[in-house]
Amino acid sequence: MRRKYELIISAVLALVVILAALLYFSNANIDVLNPQGFIADKQRDLIVISVLLMLIVIIPVYIMLFTFGWKYRATNKKAKYTPNADSSVLAETIWWVVPIIIISILSVMIWTSSHDLDPSRPLSSDKKPINIQVVALQWKWLFIYPDQKIATVNYVRFPEKTPIKFDITSDAPMNSFWIPSLGGQIYAMSGMSTQLNLIASQTGSYRGSSANISGKGFSGMKFTARSTAQSDFDSWTKRVKSTGKPLSDGTYRALAQPSKNDPVSYYRLADNNLYDKVILKYVAPPSGMEGMDH
Amino acid sequence: MFGRLTVEALIHDPIVTGAQVTMVLGALFVIGLLFYTKRWKWLWKEWLTSLDPKKIGVMYIIVALIMLIRGFADAGMMRLQQALAAGDAHGFLTSDHFQQIFTAHGTIMIFFVAMGLMFGLINLVIPLQIGSRDVAFPFLNSVSFWLFVAGMILVNLSLVLGEMAATGWLAYPPLSELAYSPGVGVDYWIWSIQIAGIGSLLSGVNFLVTIIKMRAPGMTLMKMPLFTWSVLNAMLLVIFAFPILTVTLALLALDRTMGMHFFTSTAGGNPMMYINLIWAWGHPEVYILVLPAFGIFSEVVSTFTGKRLFGYKSMVFALCAIAVLSYLVWLHHFFTMGAGGNVNAFFGIMTAVIAVPTGVKVFNWLFTMRRGRIHFTSPMIWFFGFVTTFTIGGATGVLLSVPAIDFQVHNSLFLVAHFHNMIIGGVVFGYFAGLTYWFPKIFGFKLNERLGKYGAYSWIIGFLFAFIPLYILGLMGATRRLDHYDASIGWQGLFVVAGIGVMIIGVGVLFQVLQLVVSIRDRKKNIDTTGDPWDGRTLEWSTASPAPHYNFTITPEITSRDAWWEQKHSKVTETPKYRDIYMPKNSGMGLFIAAFSFLGSFAVIWHIWWLVPISVLAVIALVIYRTTNDDSEYRISAAKLAKLEEREVGT
Repeated sequence: MRRKYELIISAVLALVVILAALLYFSNANIDVLNPQGFIADKQRDLIVISVLLMLIVIIPVYIMLFTFGWKYRATNKKAKYTPNADSSVLAETIWWVVPIIIISILSVMIWTSSHDLDPSRPLSSDKKPINIQVVALQWKWLFIYPDQKIATVNYVRFPEKTPIKFDITSDAPMNSFWIPSLGGQIYAMSGMSTQLNLIASQTGSYRGSSANISGKGFSGMKFTARSTAQSDFDSWTKRVKSTGKPLSDGTYRALAQPSKNDPVSYYRLADNNLYDKVILKYVAPPSGMEGMDH
Repeated sequence: MFGRLTVEALIHDPIVTGAQVTMVLGALFVIGLLFYTKRWKWLWKEWLTSLDPKKIGVMYIIVALIMLIRGFADAGMMRLQQALAAGDAHGFLTSDHFQQIFTAHGTIMIFFVAMGLMFGLINLVIPLQIGSRDVAFPFLNSVSFWLFVAGMILVNLSLVLGEMAATGWLAYPPLSELAYSPGVGVDYWIWSIQIAGIGSLLSGVNFLVTIIKMRAPGMTLMKMPLFTWSVLNAMLLVIFAFPILTVTLALLALDRTMGMHFFTSTAGGNPMMYINLIWAWGHPEVYILVLPAFGIFSEVVSTFTGKRLFGYKSMVFALCAIAVLSYLVWLHHFFTMGAGGNVNAFFGIMTAVIAVPTGVKVFNWLFTMRRGRIHFTSPMIWFFGFVTTFTIGGATGVLLSVPAIDFQVHNSLFLVAHFHNMIIGGVVFGYFAGLTYWFPKIFGFKLNERLGKYGAYSWIIGFLFAFIPLYILGLMGATRRLDHYDASIGWQGLFVVAGIGVMIIGVGVLFQVLQLVVSIRDRKKNIDTTGDPWDGRTLEWSTASPAPHYNFTITPEITSRDAWWEQKHSKVTETPKYRDIYMPKNSGMGLFIAAFSFLGSFAVIWHIWWLVPISVLAVIALVIYRTTNDDSEYRISAAKLAKLEEREVGT
C-alpha cells in the first residue's frame, strides 16, 4: 500500500513541475531558439536537427533502461535468467553501426555548417555591408563606425536586412562578443582582429554581452544592439556626428581606463585609424626590458 | 623577511572572515581532539606514515569528502548570489569575492574532490583486483598523496591569508597575468595545482606500472576486470596529459614571478598558446575522471545483476578508443577563437565521434541487465541516475561539438549545465557507487542501504532541478560567471529553481553524512564475515573483509575472467602453500617531502625568496636520503601467515 501512495505522490509532483514549466515557457523569451537573423536562424535549425538525430539513440536507451529494470528485477523469478550470456554479434553490430551512421550524418553537417556559418565568412546580400569595429575595454564595449565616422559605448545600432561586418579586438583581457538573438559569438583578443558577420531580419532591440570572464566589471559588460530601418539609422548617425564628443587619442585613453557599468555614450570619430592603433599597441616590438610600458 | 606577506593579508570582509574563523576553529578542534584522546602516536604510526595503499586510499577519500563540503558551500553561495542579484538587488557578495568563489569551486571540485576520490578508489581497489599485495612503488604512492594534501592546504590557505584567483578555474591569460591580476590569488592557484598535479603524475606512473607488472599469474590483459582496464587507460592519459599541465603552469609562473612573456598580450607573448596547452591537458583530464567511473559501473552492473558483463571486448575497445580520441578534441573548448572552418570542422567531427564508443558502453550495460537478476542496491540506484542524466549530458555534448551551434551556447550556462551533467552524472555518481560498493572490503561492514538510497534519490532529483534550468538560461543568453543581471530579462525565476535544486542536493549530502554515522553505529549489524557481501565476481572479494594489509595470504592464480566467480562455482579446493612475503616499512619521508614543497610554494607566492632555495634543497636531500635507505621492507614468515589465516577461518 505504502508503495502505491509513494507512486501517486511522485506522479502528482512530477505533473505539477511539468505544468509550472509549461506555464513559464509560454511567456519566456529564449533568445537562441527565437532567432532574429539569418545566422541565428541557421544555428537554431542545426540544434533542432541534431536533437532529432540523437533521439534515435536516446529514446531506446530510456525505454530499455526502465523496461529491463522492471522486468529483470530480482524479485521477478518468472523472468529469464542467463548468467553466462555475455555477447551477441548481432546486437553489438547494431549498436556500433547505428551510432556510426548517425555520427556520419552529423559529421557532414559539422563540415558544411562550419564553413557556411564561419563567423568570418561575408554574408551574401544585395545590400552593401555595414562595417563596425568593436573594441572590448575594461569593462565596456566601444563600437567604431569607420565609414560613418562615429563611435558609441555600450550601444550598437545598424540597419535591418543589411549584412553587418564586425571587426573585433580587445584593449583588455580576452572577452567574447555575443548577441544571442542574431547569432553566435567570437573572442575579442588584444593584438589581433577577429571577424563576425551577422544580419538582422527585422527591426528590434537585442541584448548583447561579453561571454568570457574579463575581470571585476565583467557582469556589467553588456550592451543593447538595435536594428532599425535604413532611414532611421542614417538620421541617427547624422545626429551622433553632430552632437557627439570627439574621440581622439586623449579621450580614448581616458575611456580605456577601467570602469564598471558605464552608461551609453556617443562620439564623433576624430581619429580614423583608432582601431588599427589599438591593435598595433600590442603588436609593436618591445621598447626596452619592460616591454609595452608606456 | 616575509616578502609580500603582511598583516593586511589576514583582513577581509565579514563573510570571508566568517569562513576564516570557521576553518581555523575546525583545525584547532581536530588538533585538540587528538591531544585529548592521546591519538597522535596512533595517527602517525597507523595512518600518516603508512605505505599501505588501502590506508592511503582511505586518507585520499577523507580529504576529498571534506573538500566536497567546501566546494559545495561555494556552489551554494554562488546559487544564492545569482538567485538574489537581479536589477536593483546586488546580492550579498562583491564581484571580486564572487569571482574568487567560482574559481575556488572549480579548482577544488576537479583537483581535490574528483581527483581525490578517483585516486582514493584506485588505491583501495586496484591492488586487490589484480591479485597483488601492493602497488609497484609504495613509497612514491605516499609522496603522491602528501603532495595532493599540500596542494589542498595551499588552496584553502588562500582563504585565510591573502586571496584566491578571480579568473575562473583555468586562469586564462592575459587576465591571469600580472598586468590584470597583480595579487597573490593566481599564484596560490598556480602552486596549489602545480604540487597536486605533480602528485597525480607520479600516481599515474605508479598505477600504470602496477597494472602492467603486478597482476597475479594468469591474469592476461584480456582477463583483467573492466575497472582495471578503465584505470589503465586513465593512467595512460595521466602520464601524457599532466606533464603538459606542469609545463604550462611553470611558464605562467615564470611570467608572473620573473617578468617573462610567454602568455602576456604584450611583448610577443601569446595567450592563445596557453589556452591550447591548458586544454591539451584539460580535455584528457575529463576522461581521466570519467573512465574509472565507467569501470565502476561495469563492475556494479555485472555484480548486482548476477551476470557476466555484456560485450567485454567491445567495452575494452571502446575504453581504448575514448582514450585515444580524448587527445584529438581539445580545440572544441575554443571554437570561438576563430580558427576557421577547416580546423573547427576537424575538431568538431572528432568530438562527435567520441559519442560512438560512449554510446556502445551504455548499450552494453543495458544488455548486461537483460535476463539478469537485478538487485536494486544503492550502487544500482546511482547507476540508474547515471544513465538517465548522462544521456542528457551526452546529447548536449554532441550539440556543443557542432561548431556552429557552439558559437551560440559557448561560455553560457548551457555549457555549465553540460559539464556538470558529465561530472556529476558521470564522475560523482560513479564514485559514490564505487564507495558504497567497496566500503565493506575496506572497513568490514556495509553502509546503511536505506539512507544510501535516500541520498542517491536526493542527488538525482536535486541535480535535475539545479541544472535543467541552467540549460534553458544558457539558451536565453545567460553567460556563466555573472554576479548580477537585469531584472527585466526574466532569468530570476530559473535561478531560484536552480538554487532549490542545490538545496535538494544538500539534503542528499546530509543523508550521506547520516548514512556514515548510522552505519558506524550499527556496524555490528552490517558486518561482513564472508569477505564477499555482494556475491562478487572479481578477486578483491576472494580475500577477507576488511582486507589484511598484505591483501592475499597466497597469491591467487587466474584462469578466466571474473576469476572469483569461477573459483566459487568450481568447488576445487587446494591445500594452501604459504610462502614468506615482504611488505614495505612505514615511512614519514613522503610527508616531509610534501611539507617542504608546500613551504617552497608558499615562499614563491609571497616572494619570501630566502625560503625558496632552503625548501628546494631540503626536498632534494630528503629524496636522496630515502633512495639510499636499503632497509625499507620487513618479512612476514610463512608460519606466521598460516597462523593468521587459521585465525581468520576460525572466526
